[in-house]
Amino acid sequence: MSAVRLEGAVVLLGRFPALAGADLSVDPGEVVLVRGPNGAGKSTLLHLCAGLLPLTEGRGEVLGCDLGADRAAVRRRVGLLGHDTALYSELSPAENLDLWARASRVDTTGVPGALGRLGVPERLWAVPSTRLSAGQRRRVALAAIVVRRPELWLLDEPHAGLDTDGRELVSDLMSEAASAGAAVVLASHETGPADDLATRTVTMAGGTVGADAV
Amino acid sequence: MSERALQLRPMGLMWRDLRLLAGDIGLIAAKDLRIEWRARTTLGQVLPFALLVLVLFGFALNANRPTLELATPGLLWMTVLFATVVAVQRSVAVESIDGAGRMLLLSGMAPAAAFGGKALAVAVQLLAVAAVLLPGVVLLYGAEIESLPLAVVASLAATAGLAAAGSLLGAVVAGVRAHQTVLPILLLPVVAPVLIAATRAFEDALGTAAVNGWSWVGLLAGFTVVNVALGAVAYGPLMEEA
Repeated sequence: MSAVRLEGAVVLLGRFPALAGADLSVDPGEVVLVRGPNGAGKSTLLHLCAGLLPLTEGRGEVLGCDLGADRAAVRRRVGLLGHDTALYSELSPAENLDLWARASRVDTTGVPGALGRLGVPERLWAVPSTRLSAGQRRRVALAAIVVRRPELWLLDEPHAGLDTDGRELVSDLMSEAASAGAAVVLASHETGPADDLATRTVTMAGGTVGADAV
Repeated sequence: MSERALQLRPMGLMWRDLRLLAGDIGLIAAKDLRIEWRARTTLGQVLPFALLVLVLFGFALNANRPTLELATPGLLWMTVLFATVVAVQRSVAVESIDGAGRMLLLSGMAPAAAFGGKALAVAVQLLAVAAVLLPGVVLLYGAEIESLPLAVVASLAATAGLAAAGSLLGAVVAGVRAHQTVLPILLLPVVAPVLIAATRAFEDALGTAAVNGWSWVGLLAGFTVVNVALGAVAYGPLMEEA
């Protein structure tokens, strides 16, 4: 069973078709790089797969859930890293992850391990997130995904804003997730570490997914 | 499985669901209150603002004690109403900064729990404001509390109603670009019944008019129940839109 299967998916943002008939299939264990210029529809594709945007036309199935019928059902099973970090600024990294885990009904004992895995220094675990650098907040946001151990990783420019160590760490995490059987879809508009990592690359333009580049 | 066991099973499931719902409401309320405690919005901005309004009302009415005593219930709840606007705006903003609200959506938490938690946090803040304002009107306006139980119960019912209606309308305007100006325009007419009922109840509690305050508390409770029910049903679709 595919982790993601989209056929002629159309998503309207207002009246604008951000996805205009996208086709994509991703199997468990795959790392698929979605490449394309700004405004190609990469972020919309990831948000659709996370069940955050409604499917206007076409068919969509993520982890066996029909996006047209009940897109909310898939949310607890995916991890999404967007352009923003989805962290509460006044809460510390540990508090954010603890809240995230409790709300998702996930064991909270994995929080320290996830923060440590992402290289967030222990002295910052109790500091309000607003005082962290952009790169540190990005690491905490990734740690939040690690805590949930999702079946589908949806990462929007995951290497952006990270230093060399951070980029390597993200690449390692994606490889580990794929090895464990999760599917990974990452969007990027620049060449870089994502290219070496991807098992397949697809290109987006004008809200559609083109032929596989690899 | 026996018939008795089959009858008990749905009740057991319902009890478990209610416990989970209550746990999630507590989680979100604790989160919002912790954020407020750190940001000091209620303590540092809303409370001084509310006390300042009380003082200015006193100046506006020429510090005329008989007039102030008569107007005290209305002035007090007008001030709480202003505080409601600020508290709800802050509650909405917390979810929009850095896409934090997406966490709630992706967690799979029941929207009714998210609504309940946010409304509960606003209610606690408003109750704190009312708790400071009540001694304030005693000191500044010379008001006398004749029925403390009525004042307490009316405050609980009124703040719960304001918080429920405010959180619901906060979700309505969350996706609107000019939500800070739109919210008061929508909220103030909707909560007018709370202002009227809480004022009447306090007229009885402070002994400024011969009315049955408890009957007005019933109206406050009814308003709260309706808005909690509406919020529990509508919050999910509204979160999706935002």
